[in-house]
Amino acid sequence: MGSIERISGPLVIAEGMTGSKMYDVVKVGEAGLIGEIIQLRKERAVVQVYEDTTGIKPGEPVVSTDAPLSVELGPGLLGMIYDGIQRPLESIEKKSGSFIGRGIVANALDRKKKWKFVPEAGIKKGSMVHHGTILGHVQETDTLKHYIMVPKGVEGKLTMIKSGSFTIEEKIAEAEHKGKKYPIAMMQKRSVRTPSPFKRKFRAEELLVTGQRIIDTLFPVAKGGSAAVPGPFGAGKTVVSHQLAKYSDSDIVVYIGCGERGNEMTEILVEFPHLEDPKTGKPLMERTVLIANTSNMPVAAREASIYTGITIAEYFRDMGYNVSIMADSTSRWAEAMREISARLEEMPGEEGYPAYLPKRLAEYYERGGKIESFGGRTGSVTIVGAVSPPGGDLSEPVSQGTLRVVKTFWSLDAALASSRHFPSINWLTSYSLYVPDLEEWYIKNIGEDFISNRNEVMKILQKEAELKDIVQLVGAEALPDIERVVLEIGRILREDFLRQSAFDKADAYTSIKKQAFMLSTILHFRKRAEEGIARGMPVDMISKMKVLSGISRMKEVEEDAVAKTGEKLAHEIDSEFAAALKAYSSGAQTEEAKAR
Amino acid sequence: MRFDIEYKTIENVAGPLVVVGKVGNAQYNEIVRIRLPSGEERLGQVLDTSTTNAVVQVFGPTEGINVNKTSVSFLGETFRVGVSEDMLGRVFDGQGRPRDGGASIASEEKRDINGAPINPVARQYPSDFIETGISSIDGLDTLVRGQKLPIFSSSGLPHNQLVAQITRQANVKGSNEAFAVVFAGIGITYDDYTYFTNEFRKTGALKRAVAFINLADDPSIERIITPRLALTTAEFLAYEKGMHVLVILNDMTNYAEALRELSSAREEVPGRRGYPGYMYTDLASIYERAGIIKGKKGSITQLNVVTMPSDDVTHPIPDLTGYITEGQIFLSRELVNKDIYPPIQPLGSLSRLMGNGIGEGKTRADHRGVSDQLYGLYAKAQDAKNLSAIVGAEALSESDRRYLKFGEDFENKFLRQGFHERRSIEETLSIGWELLSEVPETELTRVKREFIEKYYGKGKKPEKAK
Repeated sequence: MGSIERISGPLVIAEGMTGSKMYDVVKVGEAGLIGEIIQLRKERAVVQVYEDTTGIKPGEPVVSTDAPLSVELGPGLLGMIYDGIQRPLESIEKKSGSFIGRGIVANALDRKKKWKFVPEAGIKKGSMVHHGTILGHVQETDTLKHYIMVPKGVEGKLTMIKSGSFTIEEKIAEAEHKGKKYPIAMMQKRSVRTPSPFKRKFRAEELLVTGQRIIDTLFPVAKGGSAAVPGPFGAGKTVVSHQLAKYSDSDIVVYIGCGERGNEMTEILVEFPHLEDPKTGKPLMERTVLIANTSNMPVAAREASIYTGITIAEYFRDMGYNVSIMADSTSRWAEAMREISARLEEMPGEEGYPAYLPKRLAEYYERGGKIESFGGRTGSVTIVGAVSPPGGDLSEPVSQGTLRVVKTFWSLDAALASSRHFPSINWLTSYSLYVPDLEEWYIKNIGEDFISNRNEVMKILQKEAELKDIVQLVGAEALPDIERVVLEIGRILREDFLRQSAFDKADAYTSIKKQAFMLSTILHFRKRAEEGIARGMPVDMISKMKVLSGISRMKEVEEDAVAKTGEKLAHEIDSEFAAALKAYSSGAQTEEAKAR
Repeated sequence: MRFDIEYKTIENVAGPLVVVGKVGNAQYNEIVRIRLPSGEERLGQVLDTSTTNAVVQVFGPTEGINVNKTSVSFLGETFRVGVSEDMLGRVFDGQGRPRDGGASIASEEKRDINGAPINPVARQYPSDFIETGISSIDGLDTLVRGQKLPIFSSSGLPHNQLVAQITRQANVKGSNEAFAVVFAGIGITYDDYTYFTNEFRKTGALKRAVAFINLADDPSIERIITPRLALTTAEFLAYEKGMHVLVILNDMTNYAEALRELSSAREEVPGRRGYPGYMYTDLASIYERAGIIKGKKGSITQLNVVTMPSDDVTHPIPDLTGYITEGQIFLSRELVNKDIYPPIQPLGSLSRLMGNGIGEGKTRADHRGVSDQLYGLYAKAQDAKNLSAIVGAEALSESDRRYLKFGEDFENKFLRQGFHERRSIEETLSIGWELLSEVPETELTRVKREFIEKYYGKGKKPEKAK
């Protein structure tokens, strides 16, 4: 046991800490505040405290728990909302009321609840088990089996395995190896700062379907991939993160509110129980784990919240699930590191951030990926990180450090946001390096022409942007009709395809099938329009066509009416162009006749 | 008792900081009383404590403090303020002492001014529409009870008038619930201070208001506590007395500058433009105190003024504020120059909580669509304006000319409004439809068909723009 020598904000220096290890969790002061050792100087330990240190004074005791910062993993995780160090916010509310108190000890998982454990077929007394072996499962929700895995450091021959209802601490099995007995319960603990090991890693080649058109079609992310969403405030980082949490076809979603608004966490808590999981039709909350360290909660716990989240994600991944983790915002995490680093009086790197910032960012994103676990299951963790660059300027260290490691970049644009074009993902500056890897998936699941349609769209948007620069100088009237029609198609793509309302029920989610239909309809219109222009039809005639209002309302079409509406629209396009061409050429003939 | 000990061991004094030696057991963040040789007393707070000394930040000037005759006693508690319902109608200084000549308050309860974070689980999601009577706010960036919505202004812009107008007009539709205004003047001029007291007096809001005033020439370090006093009082009125409290913090730029001053006195590693690296967290500890708590009757809505140095929205103060608050009302110098009041520029403004506060049963079912459509068209009008500046109005296409006209009408009919004019949400939306009805129906892609059928071209025709 040591005692406090100095207190400065969330940092406490304790003396007499002989025998303590780096990253051990300690209890600080008479209030028993939770902290973690982040530096050792002989018998002096520097402790970052996860709670407000007000009222603590020098001389108070510091006690090491002799264990690293860990999370509890087992049945009961789903639907929970935790603080940065995995204390359930509901337990905190019961103990300290509407405002968050200090020194509260609360178990992450319910110790009393009994879960029905069913052993896997083939797992019985005498089976050889090792780290990661799946012993059995608990039906945690109607649709999700929570697999119970052998924890790290346990191996050998099972001397017993039970089935029936147990609490998470009760022994359900026991392994024996070289005379040593290992009791196994449903709950296991994992240290948050150590990535959990796996057998091997795969390339990510399956699309994470998000139902967001600009993402799925233009800038996709693969299951097990990583994406960054940087943008100035008000550009919609949080809405994009929320949409992915709601509509992505993940089995499990871990959502970290890292230094963001309290009301945003509340919004999730209010909304998710009433929203349907697009995969199972069950309440969304049943596949979600929330971690909340709002901007006014202690800053050291913010640093930890990211690790708490990713460790939970890895746990479900090891069971063979596709997990998505959203961290909003990783900049607040980096700032927490910066604050701690400054108090440690470390030599600052760029913009005051510690020199190890890029390494920490890279380490975090590398904990994602598609893997085969020791239990033989294939699972993935997809990481989506929001970044909040000061003033929206991406040249700052957190954005740069992130962009070096992620493969998808959704660049949020303030100008789009202010004209209420949402999601305000800029189609010229964003990119996804997963497109080639996903090609096979697109072909198999949607069709041969999807990729070529996608590339066509990218070309049109690029061309439109170039033409717009010219229009800015000379006006649209000065362009030839064949180029003005590109502007028109660009407008249709932007307004009727890329723009998508998160607040409109029918529009918030678009299936990949419907996205393909919308694209091919717009491109069909474009084909007819170019043919028309080639035959001398004026562009004004095209931009006034009635069918355009049908195209702009495609997003309102119900999912099951997609195929029918698609055919109908294609037919309408054909007939309107045919009629227009006829009217135009006869008009042109009469004028010619008059002239004669 | 330790509190009886008076330390005469001040080792050094620099800026607002005093280092007291031989203390050894000062609590982090505890309050100290400093007695000057003249007999005058000042308060301070422990910022850093160790087994050898304590660093104290003095609320007030350090003038007159010397190293051998000044004594310091440690009070063993954090900064607390006595709160009471009797504070309504009163004016206090930046440290909570009466400045209106009235008697001191017999407090019902003493509260820590730093508050504690609201547990997200205990929050109730804000969803009550506040009708401010101002079209650009109600129609486009709706304010919701429990929201924190700053006004991004700049020197010379009429943010004070706007705040006064909102305070006078704001109400929740069909409610007669108790309300109160808590006003924190942070480094404001005497002139601004009297403007607000006069405005509040005229409208009768003064009886329901508590003011904490730190004037521009008051000690800047006091600015660190002024907003916290205001919010602590607001929390008492909201959560203990069931009132709906509108908190006005004016001006947060002065607050942030005081924070920087303190940080530089502590010789901390500076962040952007010299502001401390923890400014985000510090500002959040103020802004996040807005909200509604489940099971409690009252609410706290924050309307804070942030003046952007040299109109720069990327300056750290507005930038970090925008990342914490739930949107912003953006005032534009260009609109002021066009003599448009209130000069709210919709394209820079946003209300994040709007979605839950509008729509059927709250405002009207077509609200979202009308709002998005007006935004979209106004953005196009701006593009057309930029284009016409280059190629000349003559060279514009027919549709660009129409956008240009829409932009002018929008500014003059929708944005422009009198200082004493109060528009209901129905009036605001019907002005919106008047404007939309001048645009070809096919362009209204953001409004649902059913609303176009119901409202398009149904209102009176707008008069020709002058």
